[in-house]
Amino acid sequence: MQHSNAYTIGFAAAVCAVCGFFVAFSAVALKDRQDRNILIDRQKNVLGVAGLMRLDESLGADEISSRFNESIRAKVIDLASGKPNDSIDAVTFDQRRASRDPATSALAPGNAAKILRLPSNALIYEVFKQGEFDSMILPVEGTGLWSVLYGYIALSPDARTIRGITFYEHGETAGLGGEVDNPRWKAKWIGRKAFNQLDEPAIAVKKGTAGPSDVDPHQVDGLAGATITSRGVTHLVRFWLGENGFGPYLKRYRAEKGI
Amino acid sequence: MASKEREALLDPLFNNNPITLQVLGICSALAVTTKMSTALVMSAAVIAVTVLSNVAVSVIRNHIPSSIRIIVQLTIIASLVIVTDQVLKAFVFDISKQLSVFVGLIITNCIVMGRAEAYAMQNGPMLSFVDGVGNGVGYAIILMAVAFVRELFGSGRLFGMTILPLVTEGGWYVPNGLMLLAPAAFFLIGVFIWVVRSFKPEQVEEDFHVGALLEPGHEGGLR
Repeated sequence: MQHSNAYTIGFAAAVCAVCGFFVAFSAVALKDRQDRNILIDRQKNVLGVAGLMRLDESLGADEISSRFNESIRAKVIDLASGKPNDSIDAVTFDQRRASRDPATSALAPGNAAKILRLPSNALIYEVFKQGEFDSMILPVEGTGLWSVLYGYIALSPDARTIRGITFYEHGETAGLGGEVDNPRWKAKWIGRKAFNQLDEPAIAVKKGTAGPSDVDPHQVDGLAGATITSRGVTHLVRFWLGENGFGPYLKRYRAEKGI
Repeated sequence: MASKEREALLDPLFNNNPITLQVLGICSALAVTTKMSTALVMSAAVIAVTVLSNVAVSVIRNHIPSSIRIIVQLTIIASLVIVTDQVLKAFVFDISKQLSVFVGLIITNCIVMGRAEAYAMQNGPMLSFVDGVGNGVGYAIILMAVAFVRELFGSGRLFGMTILPLVTEGGWYVPNGLMLLAPAAFFLIGVFIWVVRSFKPEQVEEDFHVGALLEPGHEGGLR
């Protein structure tokens, strides 16, 4: 069929308009639901690492929210000084967006975890069980083999003992590096000491098998077949617990508690 | 007419399966088949996109200027894929997180475009609808079969339920790590093609060797 140029251009414009309408409509109409899913997903991971939710437990969105609001308090801190920053609302603060925005982030100093930008503020969580301060949850991220791993590490009130670790987003090889998701492996972190006597980050994922935590407090079993992911996890955890990450906050915390 | 619709629906399931005979859509079949749940959602997404794009293209087939028909089809398919992705993110967030970029890559799935160009451009909306369902389901069958084998032998589970308890979780089954890597899907699809063609020898391509190119009268063998 032969058509005039005007018809062809008009037809193309009409197709674009109709398709554009559908795309825009679906994106706008579903935005609230998607944002809520992202929030619930983040809360679920925080609950998991806080030990308030078993990993095999499947909870509805409302249950996750209510458990989260009941025992977890979000707090924005200034990374460099370690002081709480009350000028930012912790509910709406998006740390990942903040670390992309030049106004709220800076180039990270050279580091083994291949972190490029550091936000000036960070979002941490404090967990309370029966009103008692139970643990603090710090966000961590860094490069594995293929991807950036995003996760949380939970520390006991002594700010030295690891209470749990989780990675909620990564693109490592399923079955090899992807085993950072494995509950059995994550359980091996619990009770290990993140810092040495001088309060420097000392925890490491070693190659092979680590001893029990009272004998071998600073090492965790490596992931078989995932040397680079294991190394990445060591680097990223050490970076975030170190002086460029949450070091200043933890130092202040220990000084306040006199520990 | 009824038999024509039946043919459009059933033919792509085995006789003219988009994966095993036409060998289309392989890339996504490799990527999303480590778990049955992701394969199922991916299948549903591909069926939805194939059906809707077939119907949409078929409805306007007589008005599309032939000089821009491919780009028009592509625009329609791309829009449908974005809408599908948005719906998945809103309703099955966990699985859409695992499918990640592969939902977006339905755009490049040759089955969708192939059906729009080869079928929907020539047939009415009803027949195109049925053809879309048939080809989508044909793709889904293979995807689910590959995911079944990969999840069962790669991680001892089906739909996330433990079937073969793993050694790492206190059971007896040592998982086959190869199953979780992309080459396993190649091997499995190869085996399926072999099995299907053993039962349906008419699907086997004629013998083809490089020398045939030079022999007079064999040009017809080129595909």
